[in-house]
Amino acid sequence: MRIKIENIRIIDPLENKDFIGNIFIENGKIVPKLTNNADNVIEGKGKIAVPGLIDIHSHLREPGYENRETIYTGTRAAAKGGITTVFCMPNTNPVIDNVPTVEFILFKAKKEGLVNVFPVGCATKGSYGLEFSEIGILKKSGIVAVSDDGYPISNSQIMRRILEYTKMFNLPVISHSEDKELSKNGVMNDGKNSTALGLRGIPKQAEEIIISRDIMLAELTGGHLHVAHVSTAGSVDLIKQAKKKKIKITAETCPHYFTLTDDIVKLDDTNTKMFPPLREQKDVDAIKQGLADGTIDCIATDHAPYTLEEKNQEFDLAPFGIIGFETILSLILNELVDKQILSLSDAIAKMTSNPSRIFKLLKRGSLKNGNIADITIIDPEYHYEFKKEDIISNGKNSPFIGRKFKGGVVMTIVSGFIVWHI
Amino acid sequence: MNRVVFINRKDLLGLRCMCKKDLQLILDSVKPFKNIFTGSIKKVPLLIGKTVATLFYEPSTRTKTSFEIAAKKLSADVINITINTSSVIKGESLIDTGKTLEAMKSDYIIIRHFFAGAPDILARNLNASVINAGDGFHEHPTQALLDLYTIYENKKKIENLKVLIVGDILHSRVAKSDIWALTKMGAKVAVVGPSTLIPANIEDFGVKVYYDLDEAVCGVDVVNILRIQFERQQENFFPSIHEYIKFYQLTMKRLKMAKPDVLVMHPGPVNRGIEISTEVADSSNTLINDQVTNGIAVRMAILYLLKHENKKEFNV
Repeated sequence: MRIKIENIRIIDPLENKDFIGNIFIENGKIVPKLTNNADNVIEGKGKIAVPGLIDIHSHLREPGYENRETIYTGTRAAAKGGITTVFCMPNTNPVIDNVPTVEFILFKAKKEGLVNVFPVGCATKGSYGLEFSEIGILKKSGIVAVSDDGYPISNSQIMRRILEYTKMFNLPVISHSEDKELSKNGVMNDGKNSTALGLRGIPKQAEEIIISRDIMLAELTGGHLHVAHVSTAGSVDLIKQAKKKKIKITAETCPHYFTLTDDIVKLDDTNTKMFPPLREQKDVDAIKQGLADGTIDCIATDHAPYTLEEKNQEFDLAPFGIIGFETILSLILNELVDKQILSLSDAIAKMTSNPSRIFKLLKRGSLKNGNIADITIIDPEYHYEFKKEDIISNGKNSPFIGRKFKGGVVMTIVSGFIVWHI
Repeated sequence: MNRVVFINRKDLLGLRCMCKKDLQLILDSVKPFKNIFTGSIKKVPLLIGKTVATLFYEPSTRTKTSFEIAAKKLSADVINITINTSSVIKGESLIDTGKTLEAMKSDYIIIRHFFAGAPDILARNLNASVINAGDGFHEHPTQALLDLYTIYENKKKIENLKVLIVGDILHSRVAKSDIWALTKMGAKVAVVGPSTLIPANIEDFGVKVYYDLDEAVCGVDVVNILRIQFERQQENFFPSIHEYIKFYQLTMKRLKMAKPDVLVMHPGPVNRGIEISTEVADSSNTLINDQVTNGIAVRMAILYLLKHENKKEFNV
């Protein structure tokens, strides 16, 4: 299969390239020229080709919670969102703390998945925060990082040992930063709006205390700390200071943290409930600033599908989480690029070259010759409304339903195959 | 007499989003209903044939009874459903319970729930009128309306009155609804209590914060005392009831610092000798029993005023 994409604007942040030209794909790889005539010629005029987007934080729910999402549905939703590689978090059932579960996910992804799936393994057995999982063996079977996402490691000694132990495997430790005592029973940001709504609040410090501790432990051990879903101005500041001190730390945020505030939280709309919770305008501004100055390296979805029944109940009872695959790119374009927080290339880097570098993904995250042909094609003039009936994910829990976007994904190519197009 | 106009809403979920005009309309509508049930007629056929369901997920005697009497005085049929909380958590969802009540042709569902927003969820999913009888730490609108009416009845105005709310503001839905209603009507509202039980950002809503009751009570027109929940001590909000009494019990000595015609209110049930001394509870300034009577009149007015099909305007 030979594909030629012609007259397209090519943006490759890693190579620092932005020009109009042609892309050639043969045998699933990006090549300088084709050995024979192209089987498929794609006209790219007015469109933009970027390296396939890498989403380093998602929940595919399989195995164990197939009513919420499966690898089949989740990877299709990802493909629609222009995402060619997803990391799936280990809070499945069973959790990803053993080789058979890793192998099952990789097998299912190969058999039914549309995009690349890289599992994140548990840092501790059962994600109980007590004993390490077999991190070295899990790495050999294919995990790209370790995390007890959703269940932060409260014991500092265990966190210290994990940061030390993962160092020799070059595996980042992804931290879901939450002081569980401080956030206990909380369901939204602690502030004026939680008072008005009568909901228990989660102070920003519940996130910042653990980030502070983990920065110190990263400094102590030299391990690689990756902070997941940064949501507060204080966290951005802590990470910035740590980077200045050359501590090995990287960080991600999600589109909702640079787009929404807790002003939108409504008692009868649990699509406004996620962890960490939506914060305030000054936090949104700081997250944008952190993205602009490089403090925050990556943008990820934290795609967390839930069933309608799970979400359509009392705010306190509904689970935390929203879906994100199908809106991430348009939100980045509209909220960061159009508002001149980031250049298009720098914005794309947050989902391509940066995650590829941080998690050492070979031959992905750039369009240079010889790389795997994972490509996302964007139409900057594509106007659409995000409608509930158009959602491909099994989960329909998005606070962005009804939002109008300008610019979106029109084609997704994985390993040289067109897996999705409009 | 007054011609009653309806409020253009199906549900009463809270007062934060209610406009001053509607609050005034409710205040102006209570009197005829109070006349009905405190007078010789006692009962009118305004809601004849309507079914009012009370759905209580938390124990309550006075609010539930008050609603029940209000509905019966308007000739509605009342069904009471008390839910054992533990069986609900593993069983039928709130929405399904509401839909069942609607299928039984309930026109009104009066709900009390331990979670904030439960009435909002019911209201969104049902055609029946939903009335919030207290949800979590969110709102208790009919309690605040009866507080508002009781003040209005005695002082003939709300504007510029100094109202002090004493106690656990953080966990009190009554305090929240009182604050929304009173501030909208132009009262000067202050709260006093242990700093752990005052939300850090309550001043953003135009409320003055005190920690010292002696200071806070000076010159006020109304003191509304909240019931203190003993379990807050176990949750480390204050060290002991003993210490709470020392700093926050409304005593005669403290009450003397307020205006001479100060009104003392309490949503009940009262912990005598804890948040309020027996002497104050039984003093002539105290309106606790008037609040109970007014509660019925206010709830009659609400049942009548909510927009509901087949209801004819009437003149009293």
